[in-house]
Amino acid sequence: MVELSADAPVISLDGISLSFGGTQAVRDVSFSVNTGELFAVIGPNGAGKTSIFNCISGVYRPQKGSIKFLGEEIIGQSPEHIARIGVARMFQNIELFDNLTVVDNLMLGRTQYLTYSVASALLYSRKARRQEIANREIVEGLIDFLDIEAYRAFPVGMLPYGVKKRVELGRALAMDPKLLLLDEPVAGMNVEETEDMARFILDVRAEMGISMILVEHDMGLVMDLADRVLVLDFGERIALGTPAEVQRDPKVIRAYLGEDLSEAAKETT
Amino acid sequence: MSNATASSHRTTRGRPQLFTSYAQETAIFNTRVKRNWVLVGILVMIVLPFFMQRDMVALITTVFIFAIGGIGLNLLTGYAGQVSLGQAFFLGVGAYTAAVLGGESRSGVIGLGWDMAIWLPLAGLVPALIALVLAPLAMRVRGLYLAILTLGLVFIGEHIFKEAKPITGGAGVGRAPADPVFLGFDLFANQTILGYRIDRFTIFYLACFVIFVVMAFAAKNFARSRFGRSFAAVRDRDIAAEVMGVSLLRTKTLAFVISSFYAGIAGALLSIVIGRISPETWNIFLSIDFLAVIFIGGLATISGSIMGAIFVVLLPKLVNALTPLIPGFGGVGEGGILNVFELQSIIFGLLIILFLILEPRGLYGLWLRLRNYFKAWPFSY
Repeated sequence: MVELSADAPVISLDGISLSFGGTQAVRDVSFSVNTGELFAVIGPNGAGKTSIFNCISGVYRPQKGSIKFLGEEIIGQSPEHIARIGVARMFQNIELFDNLTVVDNLMLGRTQYLTYSVASALLYSRKARRQEIANREIVEGLIDFLDIEAYRAFPVGMLPYGVKKRVELGRALAMDPKLLLLDEPVAGMNVEETEDMARFILDVRAEMGISMILVEHDMGLVMDLADRVLVLDFGERIALGTPAEVQRDPKVIRAYLGEDLSEAAKETT
Repeated sequence: MSNATASSHRTTRGRPQLFTSYAQETAIFNTRVKRNWVLVGILVMIVLPFFMQRDMVALITTVFIFAIGGIGLNLLTGYAGQVSLGQAFFLGVGAYTAAVLGGESRSGVIGLGWDMAIWLPLAGLVPALIALVLAPLAMRVRGLYLAILTLGLVFIGEHIFKEAKPITGGAGVGRAPADPVFLGFDLFANQTILGYRIDRFTIFYLACFVIFVVMAFAAKNFARSRFGRSFAAVRDRDIAAEVMGVSLLRTKTLAFVISSFYAGIAGALLSIVIGRISPETWNIFLSIDFLAVIFIGGLATISGSIMGAIFVVLLPKLVNALTPLIPGFGGVGEGGILNVFELQSIIFGLLIILFLILEPRGLYGLWLRLRNYFKAWPFSY
């Protein structure tokens, strides 16, 4: 396993609470993710997993608590700003630009690194060309890394589901993030596609050293991949630890299987 | 470059069209065939007016002008996905900016008589500036709401044009357009160059052609740049675009501004072809003509805008020429089932519907199909 560095955490959430009217979506949740760590968040439906992602990426604003990304408080910042300082996100439902090719979708991930002016664009000046080609090389590297060369020039709307998910991972990686939020990266995938995606996630960590927060319902994947697991239920943190610790936790078993079945479950797991 | 490609062609025997660099792949003419055909096309268009009748020359000049306006609208509607009915308003603003700066002061209207080198850029910049001022309002809404909002703009504009008599001459009167005198050289007068006498329609045709080619290439560059991509991102999925770091407001505003710049230039040139501009010219039907250009030509393609312009400008003439040959159809006042203008409107409407249903990529899509068919010929796949 990858060594966890003793540096300051990439992101730390402290006492986050989020409510919509009378509904408490997230209640006093704290955790932090270390550099290069693969951190998983699990919990039954409606436990507040995606809400936490939305708080981190600036889509929701929690009423209480603080979120520090590389030491900077990011509550109240715009999604655009948070993206620029290094938080990339893969969506639960695919949010790609359907009419653009795979290359162009990934190039949009490079938005913040392309800085030439409107005049440069109209003339396609040397500066524009140089920036385009430099970023294109990075994008092609990612296409190679994700093994989607064959689809490079196709409009994304035409591609099969599994490939689209890979393109979305590529687009997030193109942003050169320091933290990658993966919202159910293998939802709806068959066994082979899931295995491929798991391999890519491990490769991303091993080769690029990007910290990741993973929300996923596929328990097999989470337990195999994650360094630490946070378990949420009804917006509250009920467990945090290594996969082995979490699996043995009676509160977790109760949350997933209910009171009566928890005894029976101990034998099967 | 030529050496490098030549040697790589030799090593990749049998696959001579492989791209060997990203610069080559993203170039406007990414194949030699494309470049050569466009060069041939440009040469033909330069020579053409010398072999055509006067009214035909003026008509093709109109095609260039419609192509400029169509490219502008396509950047806004095709690329950025913002449907606008306001193109006629910005054409009008361009035309009157040009007329005031470059026209003559006569019978109560203002005209400064400046050179075309000054009024032509300003005929684009003034509408662009107005678009910039209107953008915060217009870009808050999208889809049909934006269409209605820009429709309102056309009606407000028409009213202002009718009332602003010192600038426009007023309703039913109109005024003379700008004089296209570029650095002292009159582009709309018969000239003798190197002993050859060239008539004024040909001179103006060539001037419009040069402006059109420059603006078409600029638009093509723009479309393949980071801005073209962010336009498409905003069109396809605006939330995701924002998370990628694309600013929605800035991107939409830029689309609106650049589209109005193109419209303004087109308006200024169109007013010269028309000869006398009245406020009624810049009405909703002109906007619809431009929508027809991009829908028939093909959304989000520059070449499509040009094909659409050819089609929209030449179709009425074709219908005009053909109707007398069909029994039952006549000119205005000649009786018959339908007159020429009614038939034109019907054909236009039918074509837009047919294209939307059968080939949403427009004439450009038809061209792609044809090209791909012959690429693989005689095998169908």
